[in-house]
Amino acid sequence: MKCRVCREPAVIDLPRHNANFCVEHFQQLCTRQVTKAIDDFDMLSPSDRVLVAVSGGKDSLAVWDILNELGYSADGLYIGLGIGGYSESSREFAERYAQNNGLTLHVVSLREDYNFDVPTAAKTTGRVPCSACGMSKRHIFDQFALENGYDVLVTGHNLDDEVAVLFGNTLRWDVGYLSRQLPVLDARGGFPKKVKPLVRLSEREMAAWCVVRNIEYIIEECPLAAGNRHLTYKEVMNHIEERSPGTKASFYLGFLDNMAPLLRDKHAKDLDEIGLCSRCSAPTGAEGSDLCAFCRLQERASQVDPVPVDLLLKKRRRS
Amino acid sequence: MNVILRNPNREISISGSRSVRALLDELGLSREAHLVIRNGQLVPGDSRLENEDTIEIRPVISGGV
Repeated sequence: MKCRVCREPAVIDLPRHNANFCVEHFQQLCTRQVTKAIDDFDMLSPSDRVLVAVSGGKDSLAVWDILNELGYSADGLYIGLGIGGYSESSREFAERYAQNNGLTLHVVSLREDYNFDVPTAAKTTGRVPCSACGMSKRHIFDQFALENGYDVLVTGHNLDDEVAVLFGNTLRWDVGYLSRQLPVLDARGGFPKKVKPLVRLSEREMAAWCVVRNIEYIIEECPLAAGNRHLTYKEVMNHIEERSPGTKASFYLGFLDNMAPLLRDKHAKDLDEIGLCSRCSAPTGAEGSDLCAFCRLQERASQVDPVPVDLLLKKRRRS
Repeated sequence: MNVILRNPNREISISGSRSVRALLDELGLSREAHLVIRNGQLVPGDSRLENEDTIEIRPVISGGV
């Protein structure tokens, strides 16, 4: 296989582009796709102070790396979730990338700073671990960005992530979630501006970016994520993509072009109805409580002894 | 060839030259969900893999969104 641009040997084939690329031109493709997303959706300006949500996985390290390549000033924030050895390893990858590239990485620990962790939260509340984890991360990233004067919070959500969520929201016709599934959420009502520069790039492309750039990242999947429904949606969509390349991109980008504008009023109305948490002042739409979902989770999970991740895994294997 | 699989980590030995695409099909692995790295270098679907090669098949799907 030859590179479509220079005819040198290719390192990756991308069926949705019906093309193959060498290392140099694959990187050019990725940076151009990120630049297009940033420009099309007005994500960032060169003077912005940018905070990247960093997990130690391929997507967050890739987006941090690409933003650096493009000349943005971006710091990272890593949140220790207390998921045993997995969290320790992922933190090491995040710290190593920051150190190797002379970048600032802030670190927050759920256990040390909030007195609970994800396994304990999941066991105490009966929530699916990914639900407790995602909600905690969103809360802390938002609060940290606001309290530390960052203009924009960047996340590493890629095309496959967005497609999986869109697929799930569509299966349930969840209009509320659909209305806010946007690549940019402007700062409003106690939320920082949040952007997803990788929405035009697939998971495979982001893993390949890390390989060709020699970026080490945590390859292992989170032990608590096994069997979650987004993984199932991704498998289904990849099955379709293999038979019909380009389906994922047209599903998601078509949604942004054709459906998201119709849902704009719904999103604005939902934001108007949001109140503020009486404890932390974060926005909350919770009914029947003056505390946001994160403060309620913390209140319950911080009052019990820590639950080791292995205990939670054993319980899940038995059920 | 020595084939290293991840999540969970394991190694298998396979004999005979074949393409990247054929190896993934043989192992029942989605081409959309994996990268193939031959002797430390990323390779596309039609690359030939030989007996003396060390191959890493790296899954690219992650569950948290």
